[in-house]
Amino acid sequence: MSIEVESEHTQTLGHRKTIKWLLVIAVGMFGFGFAMVPLYNLLCSVTGWNSIGTNSAQATVREISREIDLDRTVVVTFDGTINAGLPWEFKPMVRKLEVTPGKSYEANFYVKNYSDREIVGQAIPGVTPWQGTEHFHKTECFCFTQQTLAAGESRMMPLRFTVDADLPKDIKLLTLSYTLMDTDRSALKANAGLAKN
Amino acid sequence: MSDAITHEAHHHGPPTGAKRWLYSTNHKDIGTMYLIFALVMLFLGGAMAMVIRAELWMPGLQLVEPDFFNNLVTNHALIMVFAVVMPAGVGLANWMIPLMIGAPDMAMPRMNNMSFWLLPPAAILLVLSMIVPFFGGGQTVNTGWTLYPPLSVQSGMGMDFLIFTIHVLGVSSIMGSINIITTIVNMRAPGMTWMKMPIFVWSWFFTALLLIVIMPVFAGGVTMLLFDRHFGTSFFDAAGGGDPVLFQHIFWFFGHPEVYVLLLPSIGVLGMIIPTFARKPLFGYKSLVYGMAVLYGLGLIVWAHHQYTIGMSIETTTYFMIGTILISIPVGLMIFNFIFTLWKGSITFETPMLFSLAIILMFSFAGTTGVMLAVVPADLQYHDTYFVVAHFHYALIPGSLFGLYAAVFFWLPKWTGHMYNERLGKIFFWWTTIGFNLTFFPQHFSGLAGMPRRIVDYNMIFTEFNVMSSVGAFTFGLSHLLFLYIIIKTVKGGEKAADKPWDGASIGYSGLEWTVPSPPPFHTFEEAPQVK
Repeated sequence: MSIEVESEHTQTLGHRKTIKWLLVIAVGMFGFGFAMVPLYNLLCSVTGWNSIGTNSAQATVREISREIDLDRTVVVTFDGTINAGLPWEFKPMVRKLEVTPGKSYEANFYVKNYSDREIVGQAIPGVTPWQGTEHFHKTECFCFTQQTLAAGESRMMPLRFTVDADLPKDIKLLTLSYTLMDTDRSALKANAGLAKN
Repeated sequence: MSDAITHEAHHHGPPTGAKRWLYSTNHKDIGTMYLIFALVMLFLGGAMAMVIRAELWMPGLQLVEPDFFNNLVTNHALIMVFAVVMPAGVGLANWMIPLMIGAPDMAMPRMNNMSFWLLPPAAILLVLSMIVPFFGGGQTVNTGWTLYPPLSVQSGMGMDFLIFTIHVLGVSSIMGSINIITTIVNMRAPGMTWMKMPIFVWSWFFTALLLIVIMPVFAGGVTMLLFDRHFGTSFFDAAGGGDPVLFQHIFWFFGHPEVYVLLLPSIGVLGMIIPTFARKPLFGYKSLVYGMAVLYGLGLIVWAHHQYTIGMSIETTTYFMIGTILISIPVGLMIFNFIFTLWKGSITFETPMLFSLAIILMFSFAGTTGVMLAVVPADLQYHDTYFVVAHFHYALIPGSLFGLYAAVFFWLPKWTGHMYNERLGKIFFWWTTIGFNLTFFPQHFSGLAGMPRRIVDYNMIFTEFNVMSSVGAFTFGLSHLLFLYIIIKTVKGGEKAADKPWDGASIGYSGLEWTVPSPPPFHTFEEAPQVK
């Protein structure tokens, strides 16, 4: 009988040890899910794979190489998209610019708030093909800050950029695309019936 | 003294009435409840599929609103994955693992009770998530089962119910998995070494280990979604510095291994059934175990093959493509194990065996389309078309659902003590297999021709394929009434089943589950058996 009790006791100990390890794995993996947020951002900014961070960064004139490549031109096209539910108009004033790598250019975007209230917007840039991202330098951009537009207000928003001479030779066309988003998501929530008045 | 009391308590029969089930800590009762729950949910998820196919019978809008249609698509998937295949698999594990390894019960019987009783509340939450939009709860959950933001951030209150559903299901399956692993690690009978364990036990060992690794990540992902929706965080909101693509990575880090969670128990079932009816030991037992281990490892590092179109670099997509194609090696190995087990066997074609053979054929077919989808340039065209729908239904219906059917027919005599009606079983097999193929085979063609998935309406040119699919789906759906009839009839009575109802069972392994009577008494293996 005492042997039986003892074996039951060691079995409980064995259970405890296994359960402890399995719980550690489960809790650790829950943490890993959250750790993926900084890991992902780190990986993306280091490699430039999918880089909202790199795209939105401001470049100072000093950082950009002064070398000018007069032998070729690159076509830069502009695109402006309104994210779902934002009652704004948003469009580039020029669709297309032919640029010489190394020189600085300016382009303007027009924006107007059609709603009857003040809305804070944020533009998120993206460069296609993504290999051009690190060679596309924005020294001045409306995407660096949030844009607050009063009801009915319209505005011309400036962008100053340089495509550096190190841009791979096979890239002849770059597209800079902006998605303008409602920072409050209030319009979206109103749409979905989630609005909190 | 107290020992004597517990010893005595062990010998009376099961308690009667509702208490037997509500308070049950008995692995057989809990296994039965899991299986019944899965069967009920199979009819719910199947009914949704019927509505989907009825709507897609013709182009244009006939029966349901587009948002509700997408809600049906979402919930059909979530129910089939989380409320049918997974609980049914856990039910089989509960019933069979203690019997197979000679343990008196699961390691933690009370936790076992709790992990089952979390399921009905989860199911209620899921149904509520469908209903609240009709009572002013905002937009339906129309995202598909992947719940991608930003759409999932914009959905109405139903999305919150769905997030809590996933939390509850996650807790339930993590507890179930901890229980199963602890049982396998600590409660094997003397002499039952690791490499003597029946292959079904091995398959559940890997499945449970996989669940413990992936479910918490998914729970974390939907928690972030909840925070983005209500607490002003911007994990997945680009306007606040987050990235919606991050959710896709978190989701598929869970979602791809989840496929193996659904598949592996059925591989284990095939590893029991095929040797039985080929009357030969399983060919390459060790390689099958190692193959599952490799599948486990590879499965965790290839998730982004679901996201080729998000704009990853060439290097990254190449890595995920190669990793994904490598998976065909361990899976192909498993298929060869089964084929070589059949080789020169003395084969008979009872219902479980018919299902097993059909699985080998149809699952290999899904593997082939899977390799097609793994290839990046090809996938860019197939992405989000009916070709993908056809592929994963060929993977999941034969790969997991038919595996469960085979298991039910194989073990029903053991569970109930009665033989099922073999004639009806065979009719069910042919009916369901023909229905299934008629439903999903044409979808390969409509998909290759460009029909997008998750859309309520479609171009006229796809009408013929969709009519075929719908006819097949109704055939497939109806066959399950026969399934239900067979099960009820077998539970109620029928030819008495022997302790070992299949003469080929327990060939090549210890076969402890066949040494207990059919049906097994309420308590088994209170004295641990000795395995030679």
